[in-house]
Amino acid sequence: MIPRKDDFEVKAKRFEKMSDEELEKYFWNLTEKIVDPLIDLAYKNTSPSIERSVLLRMGFSSLQAKALVDKIFEKGLLGKGAGNIVYRVSKDQNISMEQAGTELIQGRLWDVVQRIFEGVNKA
Amino acid sequence: MKELNINEKINIDEILNDLENYAPRRKGWHWRKPLKEGTEINGFKYFQISEPLKNSLPLPSAHYFGNIDPQPEVNITSEIASGRFEEDIRRMRMAAWYGADHIMVIRTLGQSHMDGLIEGTPEGIGGIPITRKQIRASRKALDLIEDEVGRPINLHSYISGIAGPEVAVLFAEEGINGAHQDPQYNVLYRGINMVRSFVDAAVAKKIMASADMLQIDGAHNANASAKKAWNVMPELLVQHAVNSLYSVKAGMKKGNIALSTVPPTTSPSPEMRINMIYALTIRELFKGYRFRAQMNTRYIESDLMDATRIHVLNAALSRLTSADLQSTITPDEGRNVPWHINSIRGIETAKHTLISMDGIKKYVKIDEANVREDIRNLKIRAILMLEEIIEMGGFFNAVEEGMFVDNGFYPERMGDGIVRQKDGGIGAGTVVPRDQDYMAPVCEHFGYNNLPAGIIKDCDPVGGCTLCHHNKIKFLNELDEDDNVQKRLLDIREYRKKDLIKPETEWSYDGVIQIDMTIPESSEYAEAAAIEICRKMGLEDPEVISIKVLHPSEGTYVELKGKVPFFINKKDLVLPKKTEALSEDVLFDFCKKRVIKVVAGTVGNDEHNVGLREILDIKHGGIEKYGIKYVYLGTSIPPEKMIDSAIEVGADAVLASMIVTHNDIHIANMKKLNDIAVEKGVRDKFLLIVGGTQISNDMAIENSMDAGFGRGTKGAHVASFIVKNMMKKA
Repeated sequence: MIPRKDDFEVKAKRFEKMSDEELEKYFWNLTEKIVDPLIDLAYKNTSPSIERSVLLRMGFSSLQAKALVDKIFEKGLLGKGAGNIVYRVSKDQNISMEQAGTELIQGRLWDVVQRIFEGVNKA
Repeated sequence: MKELNINEKINIDEILNDLENYAPRRKGWHWRKPLKEGTEINGFKYFQISEPLKNSLPLPSAHYFGNIDPQPEVNITSEIASGRFEEDIRRMRMAAWYGADHIMVIRTLGQSHMDGLIEGTPEGIGGIPITRKQIRASRKALDLIEDEVGRPINLHSYISGIAGPEVAVLFAEEGINGAHQDPQYNVLYRGINMVRSFVDAAVAKKIMASADMLQIDGAHNANASAKKAWNVMPELLVQHAVNSLYSVKAGMKKGNIALSTVPPTTSPSPEMRINMIYALTIRELFKGYRFRAQMNTRYIESDLMDATRIHVLNAALSRLTSADLQSTITPDEGRNVPWHINSIRGIETAKHTLISMDGIKKYVKIDEANVREDIRNLKIRAILMLEEIIEMGGFFNAVEEGMFVDNGFYPERMGDGIVRQKDGGIGAGTVVPRDQDYMAPVCEHFGYNNLPAGIIKDCDPVGGCTLCHHNKIKFLNELDEDDNVQKRLLDIREYRKKDLIKPETEWSYDGVIQIDMTIPESSEYAEAAAIEICRKMGLEDPEVISIKVLHPSEGTYVELKGKVPFFINKKDLVLPKKTEALSEDVLFDFCKKRVIKVVAGTVGNDEHNVGLREILDIKHGGIEKYGIKYVYLGTSIPPEKMIDSAIEVGADAVLASMIVTHNDIHIANMKKLNDIAVEKGVRDKFLLIVGGTQISNDMAIENSMDAGFGRGTKGAHVASFIVKNMMKKA
């Protein structure tokens, strides 16, 4: 930012009549205006770490989670959700989640993934 | 697992045994349980204390106060950063005994840039690599330690960096009780992409909330980074607010959100006034949140006393305002090694100050009329900053403009703030929109989630998740055959088996000692001379860790560290014999049948009587409690008078307290006591017993006394000696 002098006395004039409670309320209203777009961004997006955290919660090891999410990210399918991909493949192939994950890590069943998610790619 | 034995070191092999099947016995943060206001301990009333510990080490002067160790109602933190979890565990145990119940394990350098989890037990720099195995072992050890001290202990580490959501899952699964989480920390101080940081943070926070973890934010880093840290006060309020409200919106309850708040300035500025206004302002603005009172680190040099003074005043401010959690920090970063002793001293500084100012607000009140204008001033400055951030187009734009960590007192700007780009930094371009059919079939997942209809739990589609079923967790053991705990333990086990002793600073057998000296030279010559002296003493790698000029030419005080290159064998050590005390029953029984009389006093020109009173008085567990009658003559009693009084009352023993002096007056006095008793023909009528902090039994015997008692002696020891002798005679 461009250096500037402290003009607090001028700027603070319009708050003179506000009580402390009003100041606090205003402080939190402003904060909310800053935070809301950020939380909305988080609501609508995901990341490799988030998807790995999903796989961890599904019972995959950190090594498996990393290998699988790297592949999903490369293929541009992260927006589907890594857990979702494993889940759908397991249902489609009638195999366990663990096996579905392992197959995908080893580079197999990606054609199945393409088939399942084709057409619903764009939100 | 077998409970800890106070007389044995914690057994790392037992901790590691069957670790893959360990599950945490509880989750969530534990606050101390306050005792009723006005609770009495040893005759003192307390208003801000919590349940006592079963085992603890009290403040140094506690033995004058019946060895009480009142625990403040505020949780006390100890930061642990050895880089080896097996050594961290030992320090955790030391810290717990001194009253820490929030153990903050520092992460290894660079872990915040690791895109994923680390596994195994590799060694770290400045902290441990946080892995499942290491935190599980640490939690398991803390279960034993908390049982030993008798109070739940919170384990804490960091959910910052580029792998936040995964670390959050790991912590929730492993029962970690608290963590730092603040996306602004990533952005400003770790160079991690801001979009990624905020998107990840919401997921991490929701998971933390599910495990009832306490969150500590990172705003205090602005204080630690700015040159003029007192000027960033408006920004600190803004940063605390952004993270706090973001956390609430991600699903955390206010009571689990702790603001890491630091008194921003220190002396020679008029610190108390400035810090007080800041502390009052933040507590007014953030009602319902918790306050983690962090000690000031910005202005700490390598001087231990200086750090202690700063921290005493910081903790005093906590008492004059409020705190839920009091941190402790040592100046060790400036001294190259985190010393066990300084971590303990930090805890003592906090405990001492908090207890010393117990209930002080009953007597001292803030003058509302005098502080109000300054508080409003700070609030308005923060409001103006929030307004400008919104005008700029939001948080990210403000960071791009360099709004944060500017040394100007907002609205003043110096133009030296930290600048980061929205599309730059580590992890840029990795955030992806969730598609309409996005799904995460697991519990506690923040954000849009297109789960199938009709399910009860979010993890139902996949048959349960690790947050619901601990046994679903995949435990990985070691991934590196060279860098692991078993390798590190090889030598240590061997040394221990051979009963070898070496001093340590942070690691077993590191051999590091600290040595200090005053050299009557200017600082340059003093430093060079001090290193040379250490070399001649045989210390390896001597290094100056702190230096203090006493006068430009008269002298310099130097503290150094160096390594001791040799071992001591425990088997070769000859320990001074300790007097075995008889059992209480035997003592009471004997004294009931036969009245024992003693005369006691401090001999020579010595006005000290505290130690002697403790040996005598029933209140301190002295000999009086067994029914032994004593005549207390007072202080500075000539030896003649001691003997005459013993004859007069028909005493069984003379108890003479004395201090050890340079010119051996104590030895002269012992000889005098003996000679006078011989002269008067009463040497066999009573025992001549001397005592004092530096008196030893050998010294007493050499000088014709019957016994000598030194530091740590209790009434029971003295009573036992007298009774044993009388039993022999009978």
